[in-house]
Amino acid sequence: MAFFERHKADKIGDAVFRGVSYFFAVLVVVLMLFIFAVLFKESLPSIRKFGLKFLTSAAWDPVQLEFGALPAIYGTIVSSIIAIVIAVPISLGIAIFLTEMAPKGLRGPIGTAIELLASIPSIIYGMWGLFVFAPFLSDHIEPWIIDHLGFIPIFNGAPLGIGMLPAGFILSIMIIPFISSVSREIFQMVPPIMKESGYGVGATKWEVIRKVVIPYTRSGLMGAVILGLGRALGETMAVTFVIGNSHEISKALLDPATSISATLANEFTEAVDPVYLSSLVELGLILFVITFIVLVFSKLLIGGFSYKGGRP
Amino acid sequence: MNFFYLRRKFYNILALTVSLLSAGFGIFFLFWILKDVISFGLPALNGSFFTELPAPPGAEGGGVAHAILGTFFVTVVATAIGVPSGILAGTYLSEYGRKSKTASTVRFLSDILVSAPSIVIGVFVYAVLVKPFGGFSAIAGAVALSIIMLPVIVRTAEEVLKLVPDATREAALALGAPHWKVTVQVVYRGARRGITTGVLLAVARVSGETAPLLFTSFNNSFWNFKMTEPTATLTVTIFNYALGPYEDWHTKAWGAAFLITASVLVLTVLARLLVTRRSAG
Amino acid sequence: MNNKINIKNLNFYYGEKQALKNVNLIVREKEITALIGPSGCGKTTFLRCLNRMHDLYPGNRYEGEIILDGRNILEKGLDLIKLRSKVGMVFQKPTPFPMSIYENIAFGLKLLGFKKKKEITERVEKALKDSALWDEIKDRMGEHALSLSGGQQQRLCIARAVAVEPEVILMDEPCSALDPVATAKIEDLMTDLKKNYTVVIVTHNMQQAARVSEYTGFFMMGEVIEFDYTQKIFTAPSNKLTEDYITGRFG
Repeated sequence: MAFFERHKADKIGDAVFRGVSYFFAVLVVVLMLFIFAVLFKESLPSIRKFGLKFLTSAAWDPVQLEFGALPAIYGTIVSSIIAIVIAVPISLGIAIFLTEMAPKGLRGPIGTAIELLASIPSIIYGMWGLFVFAPFLSDHIEPWIIDHLGFIPIFNGAPLGIGMLPAGFILSIMIIPFISSVSREIFQMVPPIMKESGYGVGATKWEVIRKVVIPYTRSGLMGAVILGLGRALGETMAVTFVIGNSHEISKALLDPATSISATLANEFTEAVDPVYLSSLVELGLILFVITFIVLVFSKLLIGGFSYKGGRP
Repeated sequence: MNFFYLRRKFYNILALTVSLLSAGFGIFFLFWILKDVISFGLPALNGSFFTELPAPPGAEGGGVAHAILGTFFVTVVATAIGVPSGILAGTYLSEYGRKSKTASTVRFLSDILVSAPSIVIGVFVYAVLVKPFGGFSAIAGAVALSIIMLPVIVRTAEEVLKLVPDATREAALALGAPHWKVTVQVVYRGARRGITTGVLLAVARVSGETAPLLFTSFNNSFWNFKMTEPTATLTVTIFNYALGPYEDWHTKAWGAAFLITASVLVLTVLARLLVTRRSAG
Repeated sequence: MNNKINIKNLNFYYGEKQALKNVNLIVREKEITALIGPSGCGKTTFLRCLNRMHDLYPGNRYEGEIILDGRNILEKGLDLIKLRSKVGMVFQKPTPFPMSIYENIAFGLKLLGFKKKKEITERVEKALKDSALWDEIKDRMGEHALSLSGGQQQRLCIARAVAVEPEVILMDEPCSALDPVATAKIEDLMTDLKKNYTVVIVTHNMQQAARVSEYTGFFMMGEVIEFDYTQKIFTAPSNKLTEDYITGRFG
């Protein structure tokens, strides 16, 4: 038996396998750096031409080649905040319902249904928003809002059914399954003995949730919410259909607006001029940086949570 | 005393009702969407939807067969690139790197890349694979999807490989097996079902992606069998048809939406079934 | 009786923490040597030095010598793969590989370079007969190894270790996860094994050490307190600590 040759082959095999797996692991890091570098390089013409003014200018003129990112950044942030404001209480409601209230037999099926809904492609939400929800809003909801709340500037505008508020709402429906399934998992990590000791001193169900479950899971929940925010900021399809694609910044949330991702989706393939294209890439870079910061933040919060959970 | 007790009871009922209502509200919308996808999408499906190319703009009839093929094609290539790379990177994390600095950096960045905006990945691939080579291509779309897939596979692969107990690895090493054979023949084998689940979920996730394909694989009104040519996909077709002016396009978009939702849900359910079968057996 | 392994002044460190202090011990060929002591005393750590299992994890360090058949196995550049095919190991809990019963045993044989199906099948059968498992499972060779009972799984692991015909078999509390009946079967098996193999066993069960071994080493706080004939250790220990442990005054 050629023991020594086989043996040498094993040694080479070990080195090769280790090397190859190391290569692909490092690839993730390299990829991340490469994305940053490429986006930056492609943004250079725009950065050179507009400098920091790009961030504060509201101009968007493909004919005169004057570009500013402000309306898109504003739209990205405002629509995401609307989404979070609507989605967080509802998601927490769902998570509380699933972990503390629903009868045992319902928890599994509804929990699974929510997780399945989290896997539905975002374009479905956007398309539904455009075809079903926008007409419904403009016929039934928005006229009422304008009549009754129109005296508040943010609730004024045209009842088109598309705009900042509808976009935020569709976004919120999209991230509800996501935030609720993550918070459900976090709630399930609360040791039963903690809850039992709450009930043991005569607390009501709500008091146990508010005084035991939520404080115990606070940083984890914050992480889940910020992760949801990250999703909302970077989401394209749920927004593009219903935001209205207007580079005007309007105080009224019912008016059309735009976001970074919607601008990219709509204009990227039409941008022929290098400065136009470069401005769009710079928008992408800005979006990447914003979400990067938000995601790092959420990761630190969730990481901190599991660490705390590990202590007795 | 009695008053406080009543107030606490009142708040309890109030809060629980609010949470019940908000849960109901959220679930109502989600099912509303599903119902519409089914009721508008299902009637759009017919023989020509699955077998024919699109009719000229404005004309009735035709189908999206080219986009079904395109989605399949792009997803398969993306899987072929993303899955082996992801499994190998996950192998490094669970078998070699473990607590090393490199490993934790890779883990951290993977977790961030998982939630990175997919449209930015599209812009990136446009800059490296479309612009320099002078045109949109199926391979650019596949690469974009594989980048989205990669971190998902890396993290799931690591998780499921870690489920194989260290004692099993040691037992194989104690027989005199080289490390790589232990990994390939024992650890992978033990984690096979978990890896399959992870791959199914990742495929489900990318097959519904639109944004990264808009400026990579772009679109095409005809059959395409070449990696270097632009290709139609279901999701991009939905995007174009839904924003288009024709009623027939809208119907087709609903049909495509139904098809893609159904496929994604089937893949997800399949993956979940695999997991439950594992915990049962 | 020959000395199979001669351990001289062995120190072992998990990073900064010293786990073994100046261990000197001799393992005789084709005999069973038992290692006993309170938990955390270093007996398992010591056992895992004998096939350099500690090398899997970074930061571990050895000092001293472990002479196996005249060669120091702690020297640099030693081929661990070769060492481990010479020194087999059985673990605390059964560690069946995620494959069929047959493949579990064939795994090691294939590593050794056996290719012919017939040859492999013969060796698998022999290993299963040697470990007294053959009659129970000869019709179930294709089944998944996890379908066996805990005791059967452990005997399968012993068969797997035996199949590659090592010279030394290390056993780390092999019966701790098993019921008394399965334990008795494994103890019988050990007595059979010593005809052909040198066996070193770590056990927390003193009766087991007394029943199966010829030599016993008593460990405490990372040191060998006493090493002698098993009979002597259990009837007339020369060290007070050994006596206290044997008689159950602590542990």
